Amino acid sequence: MSTAKLTGSAALGGGQRLAIKYFVVAIVLFGAQILFGLLAGFQYLQPDFLYGVVDFSVNRMVHINAMVVWMLFGFIGSIYWLIEEESGTEVVGLALGNLGFWLFTIAVAIVVVVYLVIQTGPGTIESIWFINEGREYIEAPRWADVGIVVCVLIFFYNVAATFMKGRWTGIGGVLVLDLVAVAGMYLAGMFYSPNLSMDQFWWWWVIHLWVEATWEVLVGCIMAWGLIKTLGARRQVVTTWLYIEVALMLGSGILGLGHHYFWIGTPEYWLTVGGFFSALEPVPLVAMVVHAVYDSGVHRFKSPNHPALAWLIAHAFGNFFGAGVWGFMHTLPQVNIYTHGTQWSASHGHFAFFGAYATMNIAVFYLAAQKWRGNVNFGGGLVDNGWKWKWSLGLLNGGVLGMVMALLVSGYDQVFIERALEGATWAGFFKAQYSVWYLQGMWWRQLFGYMTAAGFFLLVWDLMTIGVRETRPAAFHTEVAEHAA
Amino acid sequence: MSNVPWWASEDFWRKTAIWVTAGMAVVLIVLTFDTVKVITAGHSRVPAYEVINKRIYYRMNTKRQFQEPVIGEDAPLFGKMLSPEEAQAMVSHGKMTLQARNCASCHTILGNGAYYAPDLTKAWLDPAWAGEGAREMLMVKFLMDPTTNARGYGGKRRMPNLHLTEEEAKAVVAFLKWTSAIDTSGFPRNFTPILQEGDL
Ligand code: HEM
Ligand code: HEM
Ligand SMILES: [Fe+2]
Repeated sequence: MSTAKLTGSAALGGGQRLAIKYFVVAIVLFGAQILFGLLAGFQYLQPDFLYGVVDFSVNRMVHINAMVVWMLFGFIGSIYWLIEEESGTEVVGLALGNLGFWLFTIAVAIVVVVYLVIQTGPGTIESIWFINEGREYIEAPRWADVGIVVCVLIFFYNVAATFMKGRWTGIGGVLVLDLVAVAGMYLAGMFYSPNLSMDQFWWWWVIHLWVEATWEVLVGCIMAWGLIKTLGARRQVVTTWLYIEVALMLGSGILGLGHHYFWIGTPEYWLTVGGFFSALEPVPLVAMVVHAVYDSGVHRFKSPNHPALAWLIAHAFGNFFGAGVWGFMHTLPQVNIYTHGTQWSASHGHFAFFGAYATMNIAVFYLAAQKWRGNVNFGGGLVDNGWKWKWSLGLLNGGVLGMVMALLVSGYDQVFIERALEGATWAGFFKAQYSVWYLQGMWWRQLFGYMTAAGFFLLVWDLMTIGVRETRPAAFHTEVAEHAA
Repeated sequence: MSNVPWWASEDFWRKTAIWVTAGMAVVLIVLTFDTVKVITAGHSRVPAYEVINKRIYYRMNTKRQFQEPVIGEDAPLFGKMLSPEEAQAMVSHGKMTLQARNCASCHTILGNGAYYAPDLTKAWLDPAWAGEGAREMLMVKFLMDPTTNARGYGGKRRMPNLHLTEEEAKAVVAFLKWTSAIDTSGFPRNFTPILQEGDL
């Protein structure tokens, strides 16, 4: 072991240096997501707060757009992070990749400034091109859509060409095919129609087929690689599991799309198709939990990177509960006709996006931090006993889980009062919104939101400091390392 | 590896993943062709734009066991019968206004969007608009200045003033009238529509 360990960008390959840039922007946007979520949440309690200045609609839009973009940045970064090791060669178009990064980042910055300063436009196609598109999650104006597609194409070229030049692995193959689908789905959201049913039909292709099909497969790939990294799991076993998960996930998730086609004017066969296939979606998520926990158990949780492993396990459980269980709870049309578009959906949305995708990104941030610090030990016996990562893990997961439960209480209250009793009129809506239990839920959501924010600050602090004073190199437990070889 | 049974082999699952995905994608594409046809405006479940010239009810269908839109006699919006092209232009202008003002970042419509403000699917039929006669003008007035015209419903939440022009406000009303005629398979359930001429 040499005494002068390599740290910082000197310790990294070109792909990984680019990945770090993506991670930094991702974390900044994660912070923005939390800030604007807190503002929007506060307006539920004090509607006059920033009324007419930065309205709820603006805060909410920035909140969820920051989320989508930070997760995309995190995913792109993760793949740049792993691709050189996985393919055994350097990223082919690094300069191009850097250009893509800057284009994407500048576009995002402009979009956010326009959201906050200009906010809305006249009812013309120009507003949709230059101000905002007004469709949830993909509010970004059309020019930015085009920019995003260009950046994603650059990224796709880099990934596919790098694997082509180096070696193909099972993970690499799944990843490249999946990226085609991720990009392809986005195109479905890039046109205007006066017909609202048509609009929402294709809008769900982007949203659902991203989060319940292509993104799941993407994190499946990262998870597969992460288990090899954190535990030294055997590649062949991991790859076989990946194929099983892809088969189950896409086997249920593609037609599961139908659970959004119950009430938007689409034909009634979707009640059967959507109800049936989406009810099967939890199955692959159970498989993923089994896989992660089983592998961890086999390796007796011995890992050179405890925070990363902890977040990978948080991912497995968060994905299962947030997407699988919370999704299943309202996915049958007999339930959904009452819960559709209420705080139930918000409860599930928070749990699923955090549990499935925030967790996975944070796990990779920790893997990156480890190498950045000179590949030192992130395992047991960290210098300060690792209190920061442990507390931020607890605060973030506890905070989001608390928000989810609070929203669920409000959701139940809303569903019974507004939908079941009042028949979903406007008066019924407000009767539910101002009912005591509902408002209590909103207060608790805000409190747990502050807890989430505390966890975020600790996370950032930890990522900036973890392992700085550590000198022991990272190493798998010897038995495990042999097993991995 | 020879000691791995076929059902646990990498190769078997790779092929399964490919075939399952391809199969599901094919089914989705076939259903998509059918659905896109059915939800084209003027086909069976989504109304033609000139439906805004008619009275729209939301009535119980005892066979389906839920309410569905029923198209009644002539009831021109703002007192003017529109040609199919004029109607489409007006509805489309309304939809663009909805998008550009980001209405769905507070409201849901067809149940999708945000949960801060009431669902807009049946806004046109909501009993909040006092009576059928006054409805159109009340809606326009509200949309042009919601801060002053907010009802409050006993709380502090108010819609912000998004500075709609009169033309935009009218177009939004047209769009909402058209939306209320989409067959949503009974969503929202158990809804009480405004009383209109022709109701008992
Ligand atoms: C990680 C995966 C998932 C994520 C990130 C996710 C996220 C979301 C979000 C954000 C919404 C609200 C959409 C809106 O704004 O209108 C939603 C709706 C919904 N999700 Fe998921 N979801 C996931 C997986 C699932 C699964 C596996 C199921 C079913 C088993 C499911 C069932 C539903 C249903 C039924 C709705 C419609 C809610 C409504 O009618 O308002 N989701 N999902
Ligand atoms: C500080 C913590 C947070 C607060 C106070 C907060 C608050 C909010 C509020 C007020 C909304 C609007 C809901 C509505 O329309 O009524 C919202 C929507 C949403 N938030 Fe958060 N949020 C927080 C953190 C997060 C996190 C960490 C995630 C995921 C990683 C997330 C994902 C979402 C999603 C997906 C939606 C859209 C839900 C839907 O349409 O169903 N939020 N949030
Ligand atoms: Fe879905």
